[in-house]
Formats: sequence, C-alpha cells, structure tokens
Amino acid sequence: MSSLDSLDVSAIKSDFPILATQSHGHRLVYLDSASSSQRPRSVIDAMSHYYESTHANVHRGVYAIAEEATAAFEGARAKAAELVGAASAAEVVFTKNVTEAINLVSNSWGRRNLGPGDVVLLTEMEHHANLVPWLMLSAERGFALRYIPIDDQGFLILDELDRLLEGVRLVGVSAMSNVLGTINPIASITSAAHAVGARVLVDAAQLVPHLSVDVASMGADWLGFTGHKMLGPTGIGCLWGRRELLEEMPPWLGGGEMISDVRLDSFSVNEVPWKFEAGTPPIAEAVGLGAAIDYLDALGMDAVRAHEIELTGYALRSLRERHGDDLVIFGPDDPARRGAVISFAYRDIHPHDLSQVLDQSGVCVRAGHHCAKPLMRRLGVAATARASFYIYNDTADVDALSEGLVEAGKLFS
Amino acid sequence: MPGLEDLYREIILDHYRNPRNRGTLDAPPAVRVEGFNPLCGDEIVLYLSISGNTVTDVKVGGQGCSISQSSASLMSAAVKGKTVEQARGLIRTFKSMMSIHEANLDGSEVPPPRGEEALRELGELAALQGVVQFPVRIKCATLSWNALAQGLDEARSA
Repeated sequence: MSSLDSLDVSAIKSDFPILATQSHGHRLVYLDSASSSQRPRSVIDAMSHYYESTHANVHRGVYAIAEEATAAFEGARAKAAELVGAASAAEVVFTKNVTEAINLVSNSWGRRNLGPGDVVLLTEMEHHANLVPWLMLSAERGFALRYIPIDDQGFLILDELDRLLEGVRLVGVSAMSNVLGTINPIASITSAAHAVGARVLVDAAQLVPHLSVDVASMGADWLGFTGHKMLGPTGIGCLWGRRELLEEMPPWLGGGEMISDVRLDSFSVNEVPWKFEAGTPPIAEAVGLGAAIDYLDALGMDAVRAHEIELTGYALRSLRERHGDDLVIFGPDDPARRGAVISFAYRDIHPHDLSQVLDQSGVCVRAGHHCAKPLMRRLGVAATARASFYIYNDTADVDALSEGLVEAGKLFS
Repeated sequence: MPGLEDLYREIILDHYRNPRNRGTLDAPPAVRVEGFNPLCGDEIVLYLSISGNTVTDVKVGGQGCSISQSSASLMSAAVKGKTVEQARGLIRTFKSMMSIHEANLDGSEVPPPRGEEALRELGELAALQGVVQFPVRIKCATLSWNALAQGLDEARSA
C-alpha cells in the first residue's frame, strides 16, 4: 500500500452512508463512479430538509416557502454556473442529464441550423448520448456526420483536424472519455473549429466531477454536465451555453414556465434560461446538486484532481505489476493525461463473468460496452470491464480489485 | 444469498472451456440465425440442419460470457438428433426454468417446472437452473434458446 496525500479519504468515506454498508458480507468497494457516483450525507440531508421545510413550486407563489424554494433553486443554478466559470447564472439551463442537454442543442440549434451540405464532426470515442441525437437529426435534416479518429493509446488524432473541419457547422466532443479516460484538448479543438465558423458542444459528463473547469478558457459554445456523476442526485443535469447563443436558440420543450405570454393563437417565450425549462423543474434535485457542489468546493477541485492522478497512477502500476500480461488496460498510460477510469481485459475472461466474481467480494465494477459501441468496435472488443475511482476511493479499494481478479482467474483457469 | 457455486457449476465451466458443436454449416441449406444481447454485446450465430422432421446437425458461432456460451453449447448437444417437436418442448421447458423473472416480460404464465420429471428431461441443462438467482444473467442463458426458436420458425416457413 502507498499513501495518498491530496485528500483525507478515510474522513471522506465516513461522509458517505452507503460506503458503511456491506455487500455479500464484505465492505462495499464501489468502483463505478463513472457510471454514477455515491452521495454524501450532506446532499441527502439537503434534499430531505428541503422537502421537510421548504417545498413549494418555484417562480409562482408569493408566500414564504415558495420564495424560499425559488431562492434555493436559483441558488443552485448560481453554484453550477460558478463551478464551470459561466459569465452568469442565466447561462445555465437545468436539464435531466447530459443526454437531455445534448438533445436540447440538437433539437433547438441543430434543427434550425443544420441541413443538406452541412457536416457535424464527432469523435470515435463519443458516448451514445453524443451520437444518437445527431444520427436522429441527420436522418431528418440530411446533413453528414464525420468522425475524428483515435490512436492506439486512445488519443484523438488531430493532425488532420483542419481537413476534417471542412464544411463543419458543429463539433461535438467528449471532454473525457467514459471508457478510456482520455482527456481531450478541448481548447485547441474549439480554436480550430471557431476558425472555420463551427460551433462546439462539449460533453463534460466525466470532466466536471473530477477537475476544475472553465468554459471561457475552453472556448466552448455549449457544455453539458450531470449531477449524479458528481455526488448529486439523479434527474438533474446542466447545459451551459454562451448567452448570445441561448438567446437566439428557439425553445425545444413547450409548456408552463418557458413562456412570457400565451394566447389562444400564439405565445411568446420567457427569458433565458427559463425558456428551456418547460414544466415544474426538479427542485429538490437542484438543491441536492447545490449541496454536492458545496461538498466538492470544500475539498477543492485541484485536490480532487491530484488525488485521482495519484490513485490512477497507483492502480495502473500495481495492477500491471501483479498481473503482468494477464491484464490489458485500454487508454493512455500517463495518469496526468487521463481521468480515473480504467477499462481493462483480464485473460480471456468475459467482463460479465469478471464483474460477477468481483461482486462476490463486494467490488462493484461495470462490465459491458459503456454506451460506446462504436468505440468498442474500434478497440476490437465486444465489451470491457471498467473500474472508475472518485474522492472516496483509496489504494485498499484498488487492492481489493486486484485480489478479486486473482479469484476470477482461479475460477476460470 | 446465492453464491458463485450456484451459478458457475462444473458442467457450465466445462461447456464454456470446451464448447460442443462449434462451427458453421452452409446456409442454405442450413438455417442461420443471429442473436444479440444488447446489454453486454454477447452474440450467438446458430446453424440448424433440419431433415424431414429431425434436427440433424447444429453448429454454434459467436462470442460472449460463460453463461451465454455454455448455454449455447448445452443447447446444441441437447437438440442435435431430436425431432423439431422435441426441440420445441425443450425450449419450453428450459425457458420456463428461467421464467421466474421473464414471465412478466413476455406475458406468458407457464409455471416453472419444479418437479423431478422436468429436471430429468433437461439432463445437463438443469445445471443452468442456478442462473435464475442472478436475474441479470437470465438473458445470457436464454440468448441461444431464443435463436433456436427463431431458427425452427424460419425452417418451417422456408
């Protein structure tokens, strides 16, 4: 065991009630935070407190608890805006998750601006959430799709980016791969894209929970992130967009809240961001997200990132030392250029079988295609096993994974 | 709480390590059917030779986890040489063994065979009964059987 210094992980673990539970008689070793993280007690308490003391619909009532609910909801938006360096809270639209954030852009900006002769440039490592909305709209609007390829280390091949950008109106790119962990050079991609007049949509589902993000220095036009991967509840995500873009985009979902006036033959839309938030929003979820951001702020995103570089480095080293050629790890070797996500193959044991055996020792890893089937085909595998780490993981968790692999090896030898 | 030994019986591991009837058949005349498990990417390619009313040969291709591949191997050994009716009967018996969790999905209300007679009919296939205690894996076990059902249907309509 080596010690990690950036975070006090044992104190952090005690903040997460689920990490005190047992699975199959073992302590829970949760290594699937890239899929969905766990929540600290402060997030759970903030949501309970909201329901027990404050709840009313937002932007409607003039009574005290309605004003408090509105303040809590809009306060969470301000925290989310500050987290990613937005110019104002109005640039943050609450959505259900990143999937909905991307569908908002495709259905609003995309349907108005894309047509025959246009190109949308994506990458081979995109999550289905940043592929399928564009495949759907492309079938309807008749534009073409093009993809930035990846190399064998899992990095985007950007040598020919200028050629790939010909005719491109929109670039959709993941900031951090949910399979490979690769951190992509968003600033240089946005600068090349803007040079040809293309917009850039960044899928930051894996990035925002793990390191300090600043939309201005990234140069992005839109950026999506989601609560449940960053200690918050499910059912709430954010689309940050540059204000002038959000202003010119038509609404997507229609209903209450998103209007300023409605007549029997017409309507006019509300201001941003509310013109994209039809219907009663997920208020308690926003409050929970706000509490999650407070928790991360208290730790400091730079310390979170430093911890994950240390732990990922330890995992890459110790797993390779112990398992040698039995283990194939996909993605970059350098922990400083990847997130805390390790996809791997162990001998020829199917990821489902690996995951099943690991589960018996309380170790939770993901097995499957990780919603990135085109990337799986590029890697030449049907599925991988994936361990992903967060603030509450330590070297003992990595060691439990390593030990579980040995057990799986015995069973399937 | 079910343990790994309930899932990974020795017969299952044997069929996974040494799958029976791997290969291909010329199709046509054989019937070729593909089955996919979108959850995990497992795939089965099943070839059936049917002569008269008999399943004269079965070959299995594809890749996947130990449960999907051993189930396909066990299935191929069980139905080879059987009549089409017997093969359909095995599908019913096997799927009802797996039906505790599938019944609500497909709407069927076949009672699971708990009697010794049903288990005797299944022979080695009964080794897969532990899978029902691991609901996520049921789709792995039934993948090849769904392909078999589809193949028999296609052979009849050909």
